[in-house]
Amino acid sequence: MNLDLFLQYVVAGITYGTIYGIVAIGFNIIYNTTGIINFAQGEFVMLGGMTAVTLARVLPLPAAILVAVLVTTVVGALIEILFIRWLRHPSVLRMIVITIGLSILIREVALHIWGEGVRALPYFTGTSVTSIRLGGVYISPQVLWVVGISAVVVAILGGFFRYTLLGMQMRACAANRDAARLCGISAKNMVTLSFMLSAGIGALGGCIVSPITYVSYDSGVPLAIKGFTVAILGGLGNSAASAGAGMLLGILESFSVSVLPAAYKDVISVAILLVILFVRPSGLFGSAEVARLKEF
Amino acid sequence: MLRIKNLEAGYGPLKVLRKVSLHIGPGEIVTVIGANGAGKSTFLKTIAGLLGASGGEVLFEKQDIRKLPAERIVSLGCSLVPEGRQLFAPMTVRENLVLGACVQFRRRRDEEVKEDLDRVFVLFPRLKERETQLAGTLSGGEQQMLAIGRALLSRPRMLLLDEPSMGLAPRMVREIFAHIARLRREFGLTILLVEQNARGALAIADRGYVLETGRMILQGPSGDLLLNKDVQRAYLGRSPEEDA
Ligand SMILES: Nc1ncnc2c1ncn2[C@@H]1O[C@H](COP(=O)(O)OP(=O)(O)OP(=O)(O)O)[C@@H](O)[C@H]1O
Ligand SMILES: [Mg+2]
Repeated sequence: MNLDLFLQYVVAGITYGTIYGIVAIGFNIIYNTTGIINFAQGEFVMLGGMTAVTLARVLPLPAAILVAVLVTTVVGALIEILFIRWLRHPSVLRMIVITIGLSILIREVALHIWGEGVRALPYFTGTSVTSIRLGGVYISPQVLWVVGISAVVVAILGGFFRYTLLGMQMRACAANRDAARLCGISAKNMVTLSFMLSAGIGALGGCIVSPITYVSYDSGVPLAIKGFTVAILGGLGNSAASAGAGMLLGILESFSVSVLPAAYKDVISVAILLVILFVRPSGLFGSAEVARLKEF
Repeated sequence: MLRIKNLEAGYGPLKVLRKVSLHIGPGEIVTVIGANGAGKSTFLKTIAGLLGASGGEVLFEKQDIRKLPAERIVSLGCSLVPEGRQLFAPMTVRENLVLGACVQFRRRRDEEVKEDLDRVFVLFPRLKERETQLAGTLSGGEQQMLAIGRALLSRPRMLLLDEPSMGLAPRMVREIFAHIARLRREFGLTILLVEQNARGALAIADRGYVLETGRMILQGPSGDLLLNKDVQRAYLGRSPEEDA
């Protein structure tokens, strides 16, 4: 394999890896404040993409994306308020059943609204054949949009959690829920907020990749599996590591196509997931100590 | 200030507190002593709203707070420093303190928060030195100071302290008790102090209660309790004969 081809695979891997990372961050935000794995995370990505495609017929593209993100954020809030909030002592099994149920529900609703058709937003700049030449590598401008917007989102999110009172309150809830309540923080509101945040981020991710990957009512499922793999790979709850793990999985997948039949591409993430769960449940970058401390 | 009547609470079917009553006047330091498992922490958690009560009354400044959630009770001015510190371990000392001020920010008292931070740093200079250290890496004594400091940042009028001396070396225990006495003098706080270290607690308290398997079996001024034979035998580790 020559260098240019090698780099071409890397670029493809980074594109997909970025979106896996975004989905994983969505998992992490909810996991950190509640200890819940929200298996409907992929559906947020799908909802964002589908809604934006529909809205883009009547609104300019940026407005369509903005409204789609807001709509999905509201859906996230509603889901938490209707299905999660009133549970007093949610067991892990119960939460798994509920969130998987929700993901099926959202998918069915989406099927009713949008049908089975595969859709996509237009490329943000240029068309599907536009490409920028960087050295020997051809990059679609959309790839730069995906990576750029994701990087901005990750940076803003980092700043939000680190420097704003609201972000600190969410971290406090994650660190010690009772202590947070004793400080006057409403743990329930923080949970709602975490669902809104990860729904919004998932939706934005769904919008920015849809020109490349397309979106249909059922496109959330594989994304959820890969995002979950990445979240586990990075160590649950660790968003910076998730971004790195996302790239890793994306690049692995992209190279797998050069050695294995393309049909095996999706097998990789499942295989990685199983291996990690057996060998190193605390994740590749997570320390065993942290995993033990979290007690989930 | 705080008046509790026939409080009953527990965990599901397990009844822990049985008709517990207690009152504290403004500016008092009152201690509740009792052995492991007597229900001391359960008592404080119920007052603070972390645990639901199944019966009785909790009046804080004449308002019934029994059914209010924990986050409301802090905002009314009654703050719990829980057993085992319960700090936000992965966050810095400063972040822990700022989070303690959440109710103050909601009251739009940002200026007071700055003053309070300074006051806490004057009270506990060691926290100032460790402002950017992660709370989880502090020593036991420093963690206790931070837990108290965090509670002070909400500008409470009443402080509930759950075994602040737990797990500390004798010197640090004395220091913490001295600080608690200072809190009343300098911050004008009313304090309910739960302790297993009966001697230390009774030394700074005006009055004391003895909690045994969920019942208040004794109460009185600290001096009387220190001289009480049953208290001496059970909680002060000294037999009446030795005393004579
Ligand atoms: N979360 C809980 N669930 C069930 N039972 C509990 C729980 N917490 C405490 N208990 C039980 O309630 C009783 C009183 O416990 P509590 O923690 O109030 O005692 P304590 O007086 O604070 O003891 P210590 O001095 O050891 O802190 C004990 O029998 C304990 O086993
Ligand atoms: Mg206790």
